[in-house]
Amino acid sequence: MVELVWLIPALPLLGFVVLLVAGKLLVEPRSGWIATTAAGASFLMTLVVFVGLLSRDSHSGERSYELVLFEWLPAGSLHVEAGFLVDPLSVTMALFVSGVGALIHLYSIGYMHGDPKYSKFFLYLNLFLFSMLVLVFGNNLVVTFLGWEGVGACSYLLISFWHHRESAATAGKKAFVTNRVGDWGFMIATFAIWSALGTVTYTEIASSPAMTAATGTAVSLLLFVAAAGKSAQLPLYVWLPDAMEGPTPVSAMVHAATMVTSGVYLLVRMNNVLTDDALIVIAVVGAATALFAALCAVAQHDIKKVLAYSTISQLGYMFLAIGSGAYVAAIFHVITHAFFKALLFLGSGSVIHGMGDEQDMRKMGALRLAMPITAGTFIVGWLAIAGVPPFAGFWSKDEILLAAWEQKNIGPLLWVVGLITALLTAYYMSRQVILVFFGDQRWDEDAHPHESSWTMTTPLCVLAGAAIVGGAINLPLVKDWLVLEHFLEPIFNDPHHFSSGTITKVALALISVCAGIAGISLAVLSWLTRRISTDRLEPDFLENAMYVDSTYARVVDGIGTSGFQGAADIDERVVDGTVDTIGKLTLRLGQLIRPAQSGYIRNYAVGVALGALAIVAFLAWGLLL
Amino acid sequence: MVDTLIFIVAAVICVTGALGVVLARNPVHSALMLVMTLFGIAVQFVAQEAHFLAAVQVIVYAGAIVVLFLFVIMLLGVDRAQNLEMSFLPIQKWAALLFAAGSLTIVVALIIMVGEPVTGAEAMGGALGGTEDARLLARSLFSDYVYAFELTSLLLVIAVIGAVVLVRKPKVADAVTAGDGGDG
Amino acid sequence: MEITTGWYLVLGALLFIIGGTGLLIRRNPLVMLMCVELMLNGVNLSFVAFSRTLGDVGGQTVVFFVLVVAAAEVVVGLGLVVAILRRQPGATADDLSLLKG
Repeated sequence: MVELVWLIPALPLLGFVVLLVAGKLLVEPRSGWIATTAAGASFLMTLVVFVGLLSRDSHSGERSYELVLFEWLPAGSLHVEAGFLVDPLSVTMALFVSGVGALIHLYSIGYMHGDPKYSKFFLYLNLFLFSMLVLVFGNNLVVTFLGWEGVGACSYLLISFWHHRESAATAGKKAFVTNRVGDWGFMIATFAIWSALGTVTYTEIASSPAMTAATGTAVSLLLFVAAAGKSAQLPLYVWLPDAMEGPTPVSAMVHAATMVTSGVYLLVRMNNVLTDDALIVIAVVGAATALFAALCAVAQHDIKKVLAYSTISQLGYMFLAIGSGAYVAAIFHVITHAFFKALLFLGSGSVIHGMGDEQDMRKMGALRLAMPITAGTFIVGWLAIAGVPPFAGFWSKDEILLAAWEQKNIGPLLWVVGLITALLTAYYMSRQVILVFFGDQRWDEDAHPHESSWTMTTPLCVLAGAAIVGGAINLPLVKDWLVLEHFLEPIFNDPHHFSSGTITKVALALISVCAGIAGISLAVLSWLTRRISTDRLEPDFLENAMYVDSTYARVVDGIGTSGFQGAADIDERVVDGTVDTIGKLTLRLGQLIRPAQSGYIRNYAVGVALGALAIVAFLAWGLLL
Repeated sequence: MVDTLIFIVAAVICVTGALGVVLARNPVHSALMLVMTLFGIAVQFVAQEAHFLAAVQVIVYAGAIVVLFLFVIMLLGVDRAQNLEMSFLPIQKWAALLFAAGSLTIVVALIIMVGEPVTGAEAMGGALGGTEDARLLARSLFSDYVYAFELTSLLLVIAVIGAVVLVRKPKVADAVTAGDGGDG
Repeated sequence: MEITTGWYLVLGALLFIIGGTGLLIRRNPLVMLMCVELMLNGVNLSFVAFSRTLGDVGGQTVVFFVLVVAAAEVVVGLGLVVAILRRQPGATADDLSLLKG
């Protein structure tokens, strides 16, 4: 049954083609249902392949199946196939990508109601799902890169979906350009891996001998650059907050649940290439990003911007996990994060939709009465992300903090940063929940908040359920309950094992729960009961994301412009000058030779005669001598 | 003995005529000198047993071509001896002399040095000899070289047409002509 | 002394060279054409000499053709000369210098 893996990306592609050809002809909800059916069918196929994979024995290495469609690039000693790799990691990723993707497709049917480009939205969404599945199932770096670029392009298309809005168009461009920096890293890393190991296929890379320390670290860092671009880490995160210009389902799907996790997936896939030195860098950057983004989220007013920075922060956690060697923890957090972040985004979309496209939280409040389902599910998501047990987020975040604590070199420092971030996360999410759903109603007169239709609330409920029980896939309490870890074991040559004793684990868990509660309390005291003054809790510095964006703009503008000007000058003076000089020389040469064209045929006759004489003399030379 | 004498006399005639063509001031004198050269060549042809060609030479060259030359000279009235018409362009005279000297040297050198194997006058028999040359010529013309023969006949027609077109007086465009019969 | 082929060849060459030099020196177009005829005659003589030496009638055939072509050439050439000199009676070869670079 695993041979059917090709259907998984093919179904959304089929949806894309159908909508491309007949999209304009379809009445409004029909194109949405076609796309959702394609996505849903893809999820079902993923389940089928998953079952098929489970039926294989995990210890004999059978849980790695490659389906090669054709040889894509035969070029000398480089052999790139167009193939799919079915193994625990790819199936895990595909399950939540297609599952959450299908739910978001369903949600979009209601959300995009009334939009003039309704069919086009689903067209892009299906294409995106196809690209993401290709990325996840690719059996070598090049096929993954194909999917990588595909999701980047779809992200651009979807962010600037309402392209008549200049801010949306600019955001799309920004996302694309920033991603490109990451793509550069990906490509160079691929080239380096090929030149060092002679292959780009994952199974062969996994069984290759290690590269030299320098090459390995360089490759690892380049791969991290790629991941930083796609997964919005410092310093390439700047596109993600702006990407909120896109419709909310896009923010949920692309920028929370799926595309931004491709960086994490890439690093986990290439885990045996990553060197220890690079891992430290990754951990530090991940932790720094997590803290930085959490600080920025504290002062945001737009409901989606809070979630955007929250996404960046949670992604930072995932890279912290990778940097500490706990790949399973990273994947675990990817899954739980997909559930609760998609839930939160979709919930915010429901709020925006119900409030008539209002996104400023200062104009909301006490919405739990008007939108009970949305409020309920959103609260579930909030508890999950704040790390309150037994919701899913607690288990995965806790595993990451444990891994950070155990990191060889700077473990405790990383743990402290992670802890502070957890506190801030609890704080800003609580702030958001309070501002939106509790407190006094601050909305305008003409806003009529109402609950959304079943197409929008159903996915919310499903995701809420997943956020509640999602932790069950990797509970650390009993060894057998570490289902995810066992499942993913074949991926790693050298699986990570936690070394702390039970007491340490329990202590760390308790401390993180306390941090969460502290954050929630702080928010409640400030925003709900107004015991603490809120004047200084939203400084401009944080609201403008520490002015990183504007600094980039100024630097690129300043240095960039003068650089370009210099290049233009060189082009004008040197290149054009050379060409012009050659032209002028030719003219001069022509002037010099001009007298030979006297116009007198007798002169020409002389030329002919003397020339003929010369030729005869030359030919006769041999004879005469 | 007789052969040598004939050759020398004919040669002298040829060269004198040639020099006359080049050096005469009056174009009519040049034409007449040309006739002299042509006759000398005809004599040489006879000496080499190419009788038919000698006859053709006299008839066509001396009889038709030179006459044509004289026609044109008289028609255009350039018979009056005008300017000396020696070389006028700066390097022309020296270039011409260089050509003359160089060519002469090379050709004579070639002839003398390479001439030995070729100049075996004994090989006079064979295909040629006697009065059979017309027959042989005709046979060769109409078998081996028949295509060239046809093409040259075409060439002659073209030349005639070309000449007629070239010398036609251009029509004067007269818008007011009443369409009278007029002179053509 | 024996008149070998070489003598004829030298005579032919001499005629050719005199004709060529004349062509380069003279300016009257008619005289220039006559010099061309001289050159052709020199060549004809050489051909006949070789034809006799090698025993092949092909040389004489070539002479025949040269004769015909020379006739055609003279016709056209004189036509041109007439056309030019009709406009400008005193024209020489040097006056036809419109293609001056």
